Amino acid sequence: MSDSQVHLTRVAATRWRLALLLTTAMTVVYAGFILLIAFNKPLLGTILVPGLSLGILLGVLLIVFAWILIMIYVRWTNTHYDHRVADERRARRDAR
Amino acid sequence: MQTGETNFVAMAGFAIFIGLSLVITWFAARRTRSTEHFYAAGRSITAFQNGLALAGDYMSAASFLGIAGLVATSGFDGLIYSIGFLVGWPVVVCLIAEPLRNLGKFTFSDVVAFRLQQTPVRVASAFGSLAVVAFYLIAQMVGAGNLIRLLFGLDYEIAVVIVGLVMLAYVLFGGMIATTWVQIVKAVLLLTGAFMLAFMVLMKFSFNPLALFSEAARQYGDGVLAPGRFVSNPIDGISLGLALMFGTAGLPHILMRFYTVPDARTARVSVAYATAAIGGFYLLTFILGFGAMVLVGQPAIRAVDPAGNMAAPLLAQAVGGQAFLGFISAVAFATILAVVAGLTLAGAAALSHDIYVHVFRGGRASEKEELKVARGATILLAILSIVLGIAFKGQNVAYMVGLAFAIAASANFPALVMSMFWRKFTTRGAQASILVGTISTLVLIYLSATIQVDVLKHPLEEFERSFHFPYRNPGLFTIPLSFIVGIVVSLLTPEPAASEGFDRLEHQIHVGEEEPV
Repeated sequence: MSDSQVHLTRVAATRWRLALLLTTAMTVVYAGFILLIAFNKPLLGTILVPGLSLGILLGVLLIVFAWILIMIYVRWTNTHYDHRVADERRARRDAR
Repeated sequence: MQTGETNFVAMAGFAIFIGLSLVITWFAARRTRSTEHFYAAGRSITAFQNGLALAGDYMSAASFLGIAGLVATSGFDGLIYSIGFLVGWPVVVCLIAEPLRNLGKFTFSDVVAFRLQQTPVRVASAFGSLAVVAFYLIAQMVGAGNLIRLLFGLDYEIAVVIVGLVMLAYVLFGGMIATTWVQIVKAVLLLTGAFMLAFMVLMKFSFNPLALFSEAARQYGDGVLAPGRFVSNPIDGISLGLALMFGTAGLPHILMRFYTVPDARTARVSVAYATAAIGGFYLLTFILGFGAMVLVGQPAIRAVDPAGNMAAPLLAQAVGGQAFLGFISAVAFATILAVVAGLTLAGAAALSHDIYVHVFRGGRASEKEELKVARGATILLAILSIVLGIAFKGQNVAYMVGLAFAIAASANFPALVMSMFWRKFTTRGAQASILVGTISTLVLIYLSATIQVDVLKHPLEEFERSFHFPYRNPGLFTIPLSFIVGIVVSLLTPEPAASEGFDRLEHQIHVGEEEPV
């Protein structure tokens, strides 16, 4: 395995770790919400202030949470990952 | 309001949108010369454009008419769809968008078949794609039929035929270029329309959403702010949630959009734009749904369409009169047409690129020939969508799209993930996973009350006595089934060539196709 391949494998592995971490975070949080809908409807129906149930608040937060995860991923890959892959590509082209 | 009173603003709105989109189609048709143009808009779409087009492709009649209707008629449970439709996007951006762009050409089958045997994999995945497209189309057609009947008093059936024909014109002549621009225009219109509608609703509640929600609770009980009115069974709730989350990553028309951009980075950034638009819209559906519940009232909504699909247009009429009703209806109509066009294009790509070229022609067909077949497939799909739209009259469109998501999550998502991340995945495994996922979902839907009671009109008692599937959403059973079948069959049928190809696949996921030296 050439140097550049080893390097690329390392960058790629970091990206998969981040991608899996974020996907897992979304899945776990959303699964929690769905399980509450399935098994604890009265809790989600708790009225926090007039007009706002816990369910509606959590629903809005879930949408915001999904946004944050996407922003984290796109920012990291745009600033770190792309440059390194581009470097590797250049190195490979020069080597050939 | 009286069904069928002619609304002139709506008519003008419809006419302007159809006229504008046909102009777009005319320009696009002149630039559509190759398959790369027809399926992928020449890979020339920017991140911002593709973000809006993704939003336009994704926010369907289900999102606008269906969710507003579900929230208006059953409260919180409609919001389960709003939230579920968004939470799939982090999965799309993290796991699917970039590899898809780097590995494939036109369809997601390109990715599944990358290191496996082309023919069997493509037959299976085209079958999965077409099943998703069919159910998704049904929902759009039902929404369109209701809308036009409400506005013009045209027969539901005639309305469905009109939508089918207009969409046919876009796709047939303008391909992906026309479809993309129609979707961009529609996304802007839908966001503007939903924002104006929400603004006018909130004006009546001194811009405090909580005042609106508490008025809903005062009129219909605190229950409307809690789950349980529509998704009453726990298994159904979990099942629906799973299908919504993983279905997004398996929708052929959405995945296809990632081929219209020049590279993986643009694909990724376009998702950020898309989710900003989509999430913003879904937050507005909270206001629209409860707004319709309070300002139009549940009895009035059910009187026009028992499934609730007309809640948003009726709300527009309540807060802004006939003219605003016309505008919002034109927006809803544009919404449907843009999604139908994207779906038809994805279906046509599956039929021509996957089935015809790779299965019947062994991967060798001239550009001209493939383009001709793709256009033939488009006509076929337009006819199919008209027939299905008429057969499924009277269903809630958000619910029907929920079923399409269940098929996507069980048929396409497992094979896509395993082909990209699991070295030992084999041709037979892919075939089995896709076919079992698709067929088991279709069979369970067929055996559920949706088909037996709602469509075939068997009496409920007879249904409960005979052999049936007790839940309305099959995802909880079929998604794991599809994964398990794929894993077991792959382990039973080792395929050295496929695992050797995995290194090449991994490499290409990250750096894309190497430029020839």
